[in-house]
Amino acid sequence: MEDLSLHILDIVENSINAGATKIEIMLAEDINQNILTLKIKDNGKGMDKETVKKALDPFYTTKTVRRIGLGLSMLAQAAKEAEGNMDIKSKKGKGTTIIAKFVHNHIDRKPFGNMAETIINLIATKGLDIDIIYKHCKNENCFIFDSIEIKKELQDIAINNPEVLSFLKKEIEKGLKEIRKEGG
Amino acid sequence: MKKIKIGDLEKIREKARRTSSLRQNKARARITVHMGTCGIAAGARKILTALLDEVGQNNLDDVIVTTSGCAGLCSREPMATVEIEDEPPVKYVDLTNEKIKEILNEHIIKGNIVKEYALAIGSERTH
Ligand SMILES: Nc1ncnc2c1ncn2[C@@H]1O[C@H](COP(=O)(O)OP(=O)(O)O)[C@@H](O)[C@H]1O
Ligand SMILES: [Mg+2]
Repeated sequence: MEDLSLHILDIVENSINAGATKIEIMLAEDINQNILTLKIKDNGKGMDKETVKKALDPFYTTKTVRRIGLGLSMLAQAAKEAEGNMDIKSKKGKGTTIIAKFVHNHIDRKPFGNMAETIINLIATKGLDIDIIYKHCKNENCFIFDSIEIKKELQDIAINNPEVLSFLKKEIEKGLKEIRKEGG
Repeated sequence: MKKIKIGDLEKIREKARRTSSLRQNKARARITVHMGTCGIAAGARKILTALLDEVGQNNLDDVIVTTSGCAGLCSREPMATVEIEDEPPVKYVDLTNEKIKEILNEHIIKGNIVKEYALAIGSERTH
């Protein structure tokens, strides 16, 4: 994977497969501590302890079409390359949280990539059934995208309406640009 | 905390309401882009974006664009499956932005399978 926005799309795919209806994506850039934290939290079916342990093994997957599961190990590897780490917190029947930490300015820390494209692709294809909350902070400056709030405002208009999607995409791009600027 | 402005959203809502009167149509076709790890690593996100843009621009409100996990054929990603009512699904492989647009125009709109890019016809599933 070239960048974090692609890893995020892939990890969210796990949440969708686990039957999640609400997925929270959080990116926190702490410039003083030089730490970048990525958190993806879902309310899907969760995993028991045994499965969590195995999920970090690249040769483990519960899928039947192929023998290896790569997504989580690839994110763990990306974190490790930037002197960080990845952790899985999960409870069967409750949900799963994936936390990856990176040294923010590490030369091997992957760039963010196009987060607007990742979020809009998710909303366009799954937005009617799944809620996505995306929060991105640089120090104290935060941008938040909350599909629950947006759906309320849209009333009878579907969130995957093309008109709505292109508006939301521009708004995410604008919001991220603003926090980047102010965060220094 | 920056948020999306409610006022702007209202404007878009009203605009969408004027243009989307036909959006209740029954779906005639479905395109599933395979977004498993292999697909994403091979560039499936930009294929999906190109497809969504094209479907939006052409107002194809009876075409559903969706995603599913890996199709189990890593070496042929990015892949997509086209399903048209009463016809067997067709799986397309090694996609590019140009190919997916051609598939949309030829197969979905005109009804001609693009054999050149197709993997196998029939007996395919989207999952
Ligand atoms: N959010 C989640 N909720 C429940 N189970 C999960 C979640 N994420 C991962 N898993 C489990 O861990 C396995 C490995 O995940 P991953 O490394 O992404 O590989 P893959 O998705 O290809 O199987 C999955 O097959 C699934 O059983
Ligand atoms: Mg996965």
